[in-house]
Amino acid sequence: MNAISRLSTAVSLAALMPLTALAGEVEVLHWWTSGGEKRAADTLQKLVEDQGHTWKDFAVAGGGGEAAMTVLKTRAVSGNPPAAAQIKGPDIQEWGELGLLADLNQVAEQNGWNELLPPQVIEAMQFGGDYVAVPVNVHRVNWLWINPEVFAKAGATPPTTLDEFFAAAEKLKAAGFMPLAHGGQPWQDSTVFEDLALAVLGPEDFHKAFVELDESVLTSTKMVEVFTALQKLRGYVDANAAGRDWNSATAMVMNGKAGMQIMGDWAKSEWTAAGKVAGSDYECLPFPGTQGSFAYNIDSLAMFKLSNADNRKAQEDLARTVLEPEFQQFFNQNKGSIPVRMDQDMSSFDACAQKSMVDFKEAAGNGGLQPSLAHGMAASSYVQGAVFDVVTNFFNDPKADPQKAAQQLAAAIQAVQ
Amino acid sequence: MTKPVSLSRVAIYATLLAACAVYLIPLVIMLLTSFKSPEDIRTGNLLSWPEVFTAIGWLKAWDGVGGYFWNSVKITIPAVLISTVIGALNGYVLAMWRFRGSQLFFGLLLFGCFLPFQVVLLPASFTIGQLGLANTTSGLVLIHVVYGMAFTTLFFRNYYVSIPDALVRAARLDGAGFFTIFGRILLPMSTPIIMVCLIWQFTQIWNDFLFGVVFASGDTQPITVALNNLVNTSTGAKEYNVDMAAAMIAGLPTLVVYVLAGKYFLRGLTAGAVKG
Amino acid sequence: MSSIAVFTKASPLDALQRWLPKLVLAPSMLIILVGFYGYILWTFLLSFTSSRFMPNYSWVGLQQYARLWDNDRWWVASQNLLLFGGLFIGISLVIGVLLAVLLDQRIRREGFIRTIFLYPMALSMIVTGTAWKWLLNPGLGIDKMLRDWGWEGFRFDWLVDPDRVVYCLVIAAVWQSSGFVMALFLAGLRGVDQSIIRAAQVDGASLPNIYLRIVLPSLGPVFFSALMILSHIAIKSFDLVASMTAGGPGYASDLPAMFMYAHTFTRGQMGLGAASAILMLGAVLAILVPYLYSELRGKRHD
Repeated sequence: MNAISRLSTAVSLAALMPLTALAGEVEVLHWWTSGGEKRAADTLQKLVEDQGHTWKDFAVAGGGGEAAMTVLKTRAVSGNPPAAAQIKGPDIQEWGELGLLADLNQVAEQNGWNELLPPQVIEAMQFGGDYVAVPVNVHRVNWLWINPEVFAKAGATPPTTLDEFFAAAEKLKAAGFMPLAHGGQPWQDSTVFEDLALAVLGPEDFHKAFVELDESVLTSTKMVEVFTALQKLRGYVDANAAGRDWNSATAMVMNGKAGMQIMGDWAKSEWTAAGKVAGSDYECLPFPGTQGSFAYNIDSLAMFKLSNADNRKAQEDLARTVLEPEFQQFFNQNKGSIPVRMDQDMSSFDACAQKSMVDFKEAAGNGGLQPSLAHGMAASSYVQGAVFDVVTNFFNDPKADPQKAAQQLAAAIQAVQ
Repeated sequence: MTKPVSLSRVAIYATLLAACAVYLIPLVIMLLTSFKSPEDIRTGNLLSWPEVFTAIGWLKAWDGVGGYFWNSVKITIPAVLISTVIGALNGYVLAMWRFRGSQLFFGLLLFGCFLPFQVVLLPASFTIGQLGLANTTSGLVLIHVVYGMAFTTLFFRNYYVSIPDALVRAARLDGAGFFTIFGRILLPMSTPIIMVCLIWQFTQIWNDFLFGVVFASGDTQPITVALNNLVNTSTGAKEYNVDMAAAMIAGLPTLVVYVLAGKYFLRGLTAGAVKG
Repeated sequence: MSSIAVFTKASPLDALQRWLPKLVLAPSMLIILVGFYGYILWTFLLSFTSSRFMPNYSWVGLQQYARLWDNDRWWVASQNLLLFGGLFIGISLVIGVLLAVLLDQRIRREGFIRTIFLYPMALSMIVTGTAWKWLLNPGLGIDKMLRDWGWEGFRFDWLVDPDRVVYCLVIAAVWQSSGFVMALFLAGLRGVDQSIIRAAQVDGASLPNIYLRIVLPSLGPVFFSALMILSHIAIKSFDLVASMTAGGPGYASDLPAMFMYAHTFTRGQMGLGAASAILMLGAVLAILVPYLYSELRGKRHD
């Protein structure tokens, strides 16, 4: 707690603001309700309150923000949206089109956001050329988490290609381990699907398929190959996976029941919370075949238009605070992600985060940086939902035909356009 | 003659006891689990006795949801009382003062019992916003009164229909007015149905999640929303003992009401609520 | 019964008295018209628009309904509701009646047993769903328990089996509601004239026969109430599905209420969600209205 209060003093000094002036209220809708997330959210609250503002916490947990989105829509319809809400990717554009989001250009300019943030992030945070949201962190989705001890026992080697991945899975299976810990929820099925797609299609075709929604790529033989790989992978998942939470799957890798898990870097917070060390107790590898690519998932707070000037001030202070280096460090170390500021000092982060940052910068330069589909960064929530339905249905039907699934995928995406 | 009878008595008791076990097991498991340590949960099975009883789950759970307990009280009590009063008056009119269209109204109301509430979320929140009640407990009370009305009216109407018209007709000839008849004649004999209505409404409103999550925020959230926030973790290990303890805390008031007032519930039903 | 016939003199006070019932009912009537039927109408309108994230009013005709028709998930959800609703209502009625009849045999400690049957109704669907999700979990619950107890080959994995997951929902829902049905029927049985039963017994009819032929048929209104409440619960079982399976595995245990909620609120397909809501209401209407009509008509002739 001491570190937090010192950090908050530093931030409020940096703000060069008298502590009591212009006190407003910010209501923040988010779904950071547990463990490390909650600690991170509490820190943000403290930092904002230290600037004299009132923080009205509006936490709605459940289903990766599904419940929160329902609440946000009803609040917007009632003409009373919160000051800030956790909204991601293309959905920011949808809210922007409704004319509900506030203009943050002034804060952005004062704090040099254009220089701090990578261009892909800037694009996502703007609507019609104006900043309407502030990014909080960058998650990488295409990670493979392995338990080296289990790998050693099974005589498997950490895979770098899809073929090696399946070979390792086979060895783990033969040694009596569960090869792949997986939770059978639509978003997890799609996370695995997305990583396979990135590996098989490569970043360029991935972009064509899931950002441009190009039908010829969606129905291509490569896409059939993705589904075939998914079917093969399914054979290495245990029968009880349906409905399992991702963190229960992580725990299975942790306690040596399973060898690997395909999951974004929020899985790291589980390992960290259990006191495990990256590199020795567990290893993080880019998902086999996706080295050099980076499927990103950015949490961001979109700001809604407010009428009260004091509250607007509080809202701007919140936006500024989110990008302060101190908060970026604290928040991301708790959440497993990397800071969204490119100039952040990474020396106090663990090996996985450091690697992630290097890969991010590299991928940003060579086109390997791609938005995650499973986490609502690539396409709007209706395309995402359509993909979820097809993928999860395919995943749960052992007799499904990959050829047909690719056709269904294209048709489903077509239907919601 | 006595022997076969006692045999069938044994069969009846055996069936009832088996049924009791089935009904009780989930509660027993929840209780046992709430007193176990996370370690114990992982290694033991559902019905295994806790190695050590620990209250840590309950303490943590109270930390998480305790503060919202009173919000639920503040929402539930007025909503239950108001909707019961409205239901009683509506039921009284529908049973004793029928007029052209009152049956149609009753039909419309009954159909309302089947409305999936998800349908009304958006228009209702628009209305609440227009009324300036967004994010207040009063707004939530209003919503519960409106959407609880169908059932409360149904209860009272069905109860009053079974009361002989002659009573009311005689009072009317004596010159007693609308409210006099209600207050002097019907109300005193309404205790059973009032109990049914109060218990039903209390359970419905206390257990509501959908309206609570949509129409309340932050400090005004009811306990069910807090429970959801606690149980639906997106990071962090699952602490089933805390989850179960929190679920017990959230469910305790309604459980107590059913256990203590259950017999009034049945008495009320017997007294006529179930006569269509 | 006619209230108007009683009042022949028309003083202002009488006029007020005559209008009072209508005045008392008026606010409720207004609320019902706006809060139920107005909102339904609004949803009906939305189902003909291209609304996505938020309501808009650009007309697309029947396009949303056509998309619903082509949507595999919608058909799964609809079939599930039929299966779930039918089984849930049927089994709850059978168990409820059976327990009520058994309890009606002058049982010792009846009050205590009754409370045990009734208490699940006090719990919210969320709690019920959470508890049963755990009980039926193949790796942790009953499945594991029985294997721990030495029943090696035992396998109970309905919760993760797409073809059987709906039955898990039925189990949990029946557990929650059958006690309430029992209470309704027990109340009904207490109102049955005991002399009829005794007379039939003297005639030599067996007890099960008496119940089947004489007692239960006289409980028509109770069936009506039970059916009303059970269908109400079946349609609202959103909470149960959400907390128990979240529609999974895949979307094998999806229900129309879940479908509607997901599309309206999380997927930004408000038009499609509205269309599904209207079809749901239409189905309820088709089943319910003839029934309500006959019930209410019957009452008027009493």
